Amino acid sequence: MIENNGSQKVYVYKRYNRVWHWIQAIQIALLGITGFEIHGSFSLFGFERVTKIHDITAWSLIFMVAFTIFWYFTTGEWKHYVPSGEKASVHLRYYTLGMFKNEPHPGKNKELSRLNPLQRFTYLGFKLLIVPVMVTTGLLYMFYNDLPAFGINLSLEFVAILHTIGAFALLSFFLVHVYMTTTGQTVFTNIKAMITGYEEIEVVEPEPAAGD
Amino acid sequence: MNQRRTAYGIAGGLLLVLIIASIMIGAGMFTDSAVASMPPASVEPQALTANIVMQQDDSKPPASTADHSQFEELQQEFATGPEVTAACLRCHTEAAAQIHETLHWTWEYVNPDTGQELGKKNVINNYCVAIDSNEPRCTSCHVGYGYANDEFDFTSENNVDCLVCHDTTGDYKKFPVGAGHPVYETKEFPPGSGKMWEPLDLANIAQNVGATSRNTCGACHFYGGGGAAVKHGDLDPTMANPSYELDVHMSPDGENFTCATCHVEDSHSVSGSRYQAIGKDTHGVDLPASDGNPATCESCHGLRPMQDEQLNDHVDQIACQTCHIPTYAREMQTKMWWDWSTAGRKDAEGKGIVEKDDNGWVTYDTKKGDFVWEKNVTPEYIWFNGTVTYTNLEPFADGAETVPINVLHGGPDDPDSRIWPVKLFKGIQPYDSGNNTLAVPHLFGKDENAYWKSYDWGLALEAGMAAYGADYSGEYGWIETEMLWPLNHMIAPKEQAVSCESCHEDGLLDGMEGVYMPGRDHNELVHNTGVGLAWLAVVGIVVHGGFRFRNGRKNGKNGEK
Ligand code: HEM
Repeated sequence: MIENNGSQKVYVYKRYNRVWHWIQAIQIALLGITGFEIHGSFSLFGFERVTKIHDITAWSLIFMVAFTIFWYFTTGEWKHYVPSGEKASVHLRYYTLGMFKNEPHPGKNKELSRLNPLQRFTYLGFKLLIVPVMVTTGLLYMFYNDLPAFGINLSLEFVAILHTIGAFALLSFFLVHVYMTTTGQTVFTNIKAMITGYEEIEVVEPEPAAGD
Repeated sequence: MNQRRTAYGIAGGLLLVLIIASIMIGAGMFTDSAVASMPPASVEPQALTANIVMQQDDSKPPASTADHSQFEELQQEFATGPEVTAACLRCHTEAAAQIHETLHWTWEYVNPDTGQELGKKNVINNYCVAIDSNEPRCTSCHVGYGYANDEFDFTSENNVDCLVCHDTTGDYKKFPVGAGHPVYETKEFPPGSGKMWEPLDLANIAQNVGATSRNTCGACHFYGGGGAAVKHGDLDPTMANPSYELDVHMSPDGENFTCATCHVEDSHSVSGSRYQAIGKDTHGVDLPASDGNPATCESCHGLRPMQDEQLNDHVDQIACQTCHIPTYAREMQTKMWWDWSTAGRKDAEGKGIVEKDDNGWVTYDTKKGDFVWEKNVTPEYIWFNGTVTYTNLEPFADGAETVPINVLHGGPDDPDSRIWPVKLFKGIQPYDSGNNTLAVPHLFGKDENAYWKSYDWGLALEAGMAAYGADYSGEYGWIETEMLWPLNHMIAPKEQAVSCESCHEDGLLDGMEGVYMPGRDHNELVHNTGVGLAWLAVVGIVVHGGFRFRNGRKNGKNGEK
């Protein structure tokens, strides 16, 4: 009996995962909005208020990141992000070609491998590069006046440039990331999963031998 | 599992609280930042952040241990000021000798760093230009009696004027053209004005001497430049009894400081000099050990004086005054422009003209030319490290458009500099067009050379330059000049300080280069590349999404089997 259009609810995102994801989403969005006001892109809160919001949100993000790192390592969740080169090319092909031919999504969000290889690279880059760069340059920015006491002599402009580069990288990441969530099996599959924790995934069973 | 859920719940809840708190801060907590537009009446005197409180308390008996009215020396008729001084010196034996050492007496100052000879005796400015040859008028603000010309005896003890600083009755007045003396017989001034000056009760004044006050210092310093509010912009008669909004320190509703609360004297020498200022006090609080200048803000407030650490991070580059004196001349207009070149115009009958604006402020005077007054003026800003040099007789370049009367030194890369607020005073004045130097006119006097007698600039400059000891080419022209006055007084309530937005968003300090100011500055290359990258992402999404949409239409819904 061939069964290739069945679907099954799989628990892919743990509660902490989901809570953390949405809090971080708000934090990053707030940091982005306030950061670009500080940058001079527009005027919304007024400079005094906006720096306060940016700084407090930054501290909440730092707290959050620290707590989440702790959670990843005590629960073994970090394994989701270990990059595996194996199937990245398959996914790259899917997003650039296969998707338009209506090929099925090559990756299955199973409990222990919810991120497909392409996502792993991207999110790992996000976590290991952009966030640490933003946190470090942000803290350098914040404590700029105290840096000479620690023997660090950077110009404020230099710190601001690094932080701004990170911010633009993050902005682009954010845009693409939001768009990518719509590329699941249906437009809302991924977003729904991040809210409920469950994803309906296709169960593709091995094709039985011909003539069976 | 349940425990774990609770833990996540707590963590999530905590973070939500943090976020909500930050939004609330954004929305409401900083409403006081908008106080610039608040009606002044709602500003209440605030608890001060300074480390030293020296407040006068009128409810207590006087701090002095001496009642001068009981001293026999003072119970006599005094015919002249010097007679009073002689009586003072009988007990205060060293007072005159102390005064002789001070700038208030010598009017001479040698800048230890630049070697320039300054002081009122030497400086050429763009108000009444210079003292030499004009003494009897100018020296009505000298702490002495009889400085009528350059032959004044600067060693005379009895010619020290004790009363001008120590009067508490408010009656003591030096006659404007009396070379420092009050009147001893009834005189009229200004001539023809009908304003009569009567001899003073010197005995009563002498018996009521006391500490200096805003009134005694102000009698000269509020009237610099020849009239009320002319010169400084941050010192004028409204500072004698200032409202809290005008000056939080000196207001009776605030700290009720006298001038000497900050300009602390030692041996009659008063601290805080404009000739050699301090751009950035890195010593901080002056108790128990002073750095020699207790008049800086930091001397009382310390090096990180504000409650907000982010604001404290500004003090290495922004002088306190820059934010806390949002505007100067807030309650009385100050002179901003003085054009000597138009002086001398007379009416049909050959009489002098005085023109006034709607508020009664003189805008033209035959003796002095045209004036422009302004009230509530936004300062100019400048990098300043405390060092000031004066042009005086230094020749300037041929064809110079404007000549600086003084130069305030400093720059963004100089660690002693900060951004300071200044009054910029401009004018047009005569100069020696042969030597390309500023020129000193002989203005006041009964002789024919005095400009205010014969209105002849040629004669006046010839005489003035000779008195100043300058070599005069004999030719004169008119030149525009600028003088800068660092602002220190008229500290507004903190709610009215310059807002963050003023500089970071609205361009108040746009002229000040050399610092990176978030909000105002950004690297164009980084900015444009970043914006490009973000647009690239948007375009990528649109194109990718477009393909998906088209293929979805062609092949059935994406993901559908
Ligand atoms: C923990 C992380 C972060 C810290 C500690 C931090 C800290 C800071 C600080 C101290 C400033 C200077 C203004 C101020 O005092 O508020 C600043 C500016 C800025 N921040 Fe952040 N930030 C962080 C994260 C982010 C994120 C995630 C973004 C963007 C998505 C961002 C975007 C910006 C931008 C665009 C500016 C203006 C830079 C300029 O034009 O000079 N920041 N940040």
